[in-house]
Amino acid sequence: MRYHTPENFEDAAAIAASATGVTRFLAGGTDVLVQLRSDMVTPDDLIDIKRIVGADAIMQNADGSWHIGPAVSSAAMHEHAGLSAAWPGVVEAADLIGSTQVQGRCTLAGNLCNGSPAADSVPAMMAAGASVSVVGPKGTREIAVEDIPVSPGKTSLTKGEVVTGVNLPASGANTGDAYLRFIPRTEMDIAVVGCAVCLTRDGDTITAARVALGAVAPTALLVADAAAALVGSTLDEAALDALGKAAEAACKPITDKRGTIKFRTHVAGVLAKRAAKIAYDRAGGAQ
Amino acid sequence: MIHVTTTVNGDEVEFVCDPRETMLDVLRDRLGLTGAKEGCGTGDCGSCTVTVDGRPICSCLMLGVEAEGRDIGTVEGIATDEDLHPLQKKFIEYAALQCGICTPGILVATKSLLEKNPNPTETEVRYWLAGNLCRCTGYDKIIRAVMDTAADMREAS
Repeated sequence: MRYHTPENFEDAAAIAASATGVTRFLAGGTDVLVQLRSDMVTPDDLIDIKRIVGADAIMQNADGSWHIGPAVSSAAMHEHAGLSAAWPGVVEAADLIGSTQVQGRCTLAGNLCNGSPAADSVPAMMAAGASVSVVGPKGTREIAVEDIPVSPGKTSLTKGEVVTGVNLPASGANTGDAYLRFIPRTEMDIAVVGCAVCLTRDGDTITAARVALGAVAPTALLVADAAAALVGSTLDEAALDALGKAAEAACKPITDKRGTIKFRTHVAGVLAKRAAKIAYDRAGGAQ
Repeated sequence: MIHVTTTVNGDEVEFVCDPRETMLDVLRDRLGLTGAKEGCGTGDCGSCTVTVDGRPICSCLMLGVEAEGRDIGTVEGIATDEDLHPLQKKFIEYAALQCGICTPGILVATKSLLEKNPNPTETEVRYWLAGNLCRCTGYDKIIRAVMDTAADMREAS
């Protein structure tokens, strides 16, 4: 295994583009090292992006939007007061990944690129309208988070492309987001179902919404019908009922040791309603 | 083999390792620091907890080569000279350990919690230590030892 420590993203992309064997980028390593040690994936080239200047930086742009470097840990996000206030749902999702120790290393970019359908931060990023910046052999591009996962373990990124950061839009004063997941214990488990809601209010009326589900399909899903159920409503019982039904209808889960198809589908509707209530309160100014 | 210069418990340390070697293996097999233990090797049990630049991490999920230029803290660095850290004294007083395999990781993780939050609630302690598994004590003595240490340290400061 060759270990590379490029000084910039262009060099990181060039190493990956010219590599002929198994290649992995290394950020927090909480998935890559587990796969390496269990002999599931033994990279020929391991490209550590943590020496790249800015890779571990959380930056707010002049327009209020955010750029989160691909080596920023969940713990660093949680400790960032401005980011936590602007996007509490994204931060709480990142803060649910693994243990304190895992959160000291794991990253949004890694959670996304690992391609797990149950990744906690991915529905939260989708609901928030996040995108990733990517550099590769054909230059740079910006891709919506919902266009990255393709199937379990597979992403739409092509050979030689590396994520240079996660972009979150400016969070308006009347916008709120929330993420909830179901696990059979209180901590340290993989989502049976995850749901993120982000919505914007004008007074009591919801003017925009995005709803995303995790662990109920081969990829995390952005559910347009569920968002449509919220827009124009005041989150009354009828809107919540429609939201729950739309979330259930979007589910294409499997039955495994964590939960059955029936259970996952039911919980998706329940979590959507609960997350919407939290997001609605946050959009109304609640902390 | 790759040459690495890093800081461990305040001392500059140099070592040479294969890029596949974990930080845990480097600490134990190359630097002779056997406090951090391997339990699961997959980041689930926390017995290999060390700090990197002040943050607790699982050293089984970090490569030795990633330590270049970093500041590593292990359980060996918790006591000052002959004086045990207040957490260590309290763990003995409360018998908050039996076989002891999980203890170094719990001490490192808890020390960093108390540095961040000197007045944690019991719930905060339990969540912070959710990734430190103990198969002996049932956790109650550990949590009580931590809460009592935090109270003593607040009083002393």
